[in-house]
Amino acid sequence: MRKFLISILSIVLSFLVGALVLKLSGISPLEAYSVMWEGAFSQPNYIAYIIIRSTPLILTGLSVAFAFRTGLFNIGSEGQFIIGALSAAYFGFIFHFSPWIQIPLVMILATFVASLYGGLSGYLKARFGVHEVLSTIMLNWIALYISNYAVFVEGLRRPDMETTEFIQPSTSITILPDWKVSDAGVEWLSHHPFWNSFLRPPVNAGIFIALLAVVVVWIILNKTTFGFKLKAVGFSPTASEYAGISTKLKVTQSMMIAGALSGLAGATHVMGVSKNIAALATHEGYGFDGIAVSLIGANNPIGVLFSGFFLGALKYSGQKIQSTLEAPSEVIGIMIGAIIFFVAIPKIFDFIGDFKAGKKHD
Amino acid sequence: MRIKNVLCSLALICSALTLPSISLAAPQKIGMVTDVGGVNDQSFNQSAWEGLQRTKKELGNKVSYQESKQDADYPANLETLFDAKNDLIWGIGFKMADAVLLAAKQNPKQKYAIIDYSYGAKTPPNVVGVMFKAEEGAFLAGYIAAKMSKTGTLGFIGGMSVPIIHSFQYGFKAGAKYANHKINVLEQYSESFTDAAKGKAIANQMLGKGADVVFHAAGAVGDGVIEAVKEKDKMAVGVDRDQNYLAPKNVITSSMKRVDNAIFNVVKDFNEGKFKGGSTIEYGLKDNAVDIAPSTTKMVPSVLLEEVAKIKKLIVAGKIKIPSTEKAYESYAKTLK
Repeated sequence: MRKFLISILSIVLSFLVGALVLKLSGISPLEAYSVMWEGAFSQPNYIAYIIIRSTPLILTGLSVAFAFRTGLFNIGSEGQFIIGALSAAYFGFIFHFSPWIQIPLVMILATFVASLYGGLSGYLKARFGVHEVLSTIMLNWIALYISNYAVFVEGLRRPDMETTEFIQPSTSITILPDWKVSDAGVEWLSHHPFWNSFLRPPVNAGIFIALLAVVVVWIILNKTTFGFKLKAVGFSPTASEYAGISTKLKVTQSMMIAGALSGLAGATHVMGVSKNIAALATHEGYGFDGIAVSLIGANNPIGVLFSGFFLGALKYSGQKIQSTLEAPSEVIGIMIGAIIFFVAIPKIFDFIGDFKAGKKHD
Repeated sequence: MRIKNVLCSLALICSALTLPSISLAAPQKIGMVTDVGGVNDQSFNQSAWEGLQRTKKELGNKVSYQESKQDADYPANLETLFDAKNDLIWGIGFKMADAVLLAAKQNPKQKYAIIDYSYGAKTPPNVVGVMFKAEEGAFLAGYIAAKMSKTGTLGFIGGMSVPIIHSFQYGFKAGAKYANHKINVLEQYSESFTDAAKGKAIANQMLGKGADVVFHAAGAVGDGVIEAVKEKDKMAVGVDRDQNYLAPKNVITSSMKRVDNAIFNVVKDFNEGKFKGGSTIEYGLKDNAVDIAPSTTKMVPSVLLEEVAKIKKLIVAGKIKIPSTEKAYESYAKTLK
């Protein structure tokens, strides 16, 4: 409960910081925030976009939160996301099954490859004592360059483009992609403005997978002995070892699950939204945003769900102040940074609380 | 009510008579979506925004931009500008080709334009593609490079083997051969547009093989190329914008792509109701959309500049056919003795 309050307070404070930055850039904060509010909720397609934007954030947030609960700091969500996306783009392109086989097969394979990639960091830690923060940061870059290399492999590359070929249509988890642009679909939608607007963005089934993942992670952590052991290792590796838990195995398993969740984020993104992957100049930030989601959500699966939606909405609607008010959209980045800053130093709130109560702080 | 209407139309007619050159309609609203480079990329996104700002100043358009942080932002940003009721929406760069095509199909009444991409015969009626005859600027740069070279060997470093880079490559080679048909041009692709270290390594290799002028069409890889050239005190040719500031004593010229001028031209036509939907416009030397950099005068002797001016006229008049593909280059090379 206290953590939840800290998150809410941090968000409020970050809006004040954002207001200050906007004011300094000569833009009315009230106007900017109202543009953001309208840009997020005034039309059905905006809400659809928020759901689309939030899906990968919820999954990468879960990935980071899961590792956190077991005492590991998974900075590698970004790289695991890339590996998941690359695998989905590859398998989704080379397989030609019917959707009922193709979709689960591609998704499971992509998730599996990413879980191995995440597990690598866990294994390195268990076997050689390499700190997971170091190994995951380096593996992020390795993933980026593997992906960029793969994009240009003849056969997978789309001719004359810096992208891979599109995945087979049977791999797509976008909702009604063909019907939307068919004559019948256009006709029906023209009479149903809500759905017309809502279905315009690439709405996809990824959000249901993310919701399912939230439930599964919650059950693993709270209702299984496996999850109990993982958490025990997180609380105290030495005590767990003494209690007969193989900490080395648990570290690897935990990172594998974290990798699988991030990989799932990459897979749903490719299968639902982008349909291929492009050569990247730098990291796109889905995994790094996952760290913010996890922190704001107090490393709790349910908290992650809400903070994922919050960050998705903020990132989507925050861009709109740029074209409407010519305001710097970097304000959003500053706000997210401020939230994490405040969440990370709850002592500030203790201090404020004590100060109000008239106590002396030492 | 009726009197008011009459008065209104009278006022309109009067203003139409007194200000015949200014259109009566509300100013056209133009928006652009940058690719992931962002609006301050020191390259074509920035140039595009400068072009739009010029339409605001000189033509009275209302302009705005929307930056993309990730590839997945393209459809959302195009839709944001659509919802903001822009009259014309620009996608900047060929990376946005798929997103612009999809948006154009979903919103057949909305007008779109895209920089650096051609949908060919499949261009939807509400889309205009804008391409640059980069080979024309590169031809002039190649001519200057060949004339400035003392060793008779030039270098070309391309980002990737794609058509846009080929037009720089073969334009440059054609220009160099036009100046001196014995010239030797070393060519290599860096397979990257971002890896400056690789650019430096390739450039050093070429300098080692005797090249003394190196031309790059490889984005940020070129930063490394220019650095290598600067260290060895040889010559480099920049690309896309005037890159002389990177090494004032070594970058002798740049093959520029004036995205700003192209955007200005298209918007101007659009304002006048001359939107060429369903087609691809090719801008070249005669539209001031490609050229050599203004800073060329600093390093290149005026005699040579006069020659270049003459060649420019020949190109604009269509007297020199500049190749932009390997095939075209081979048949071009045969015409030279």
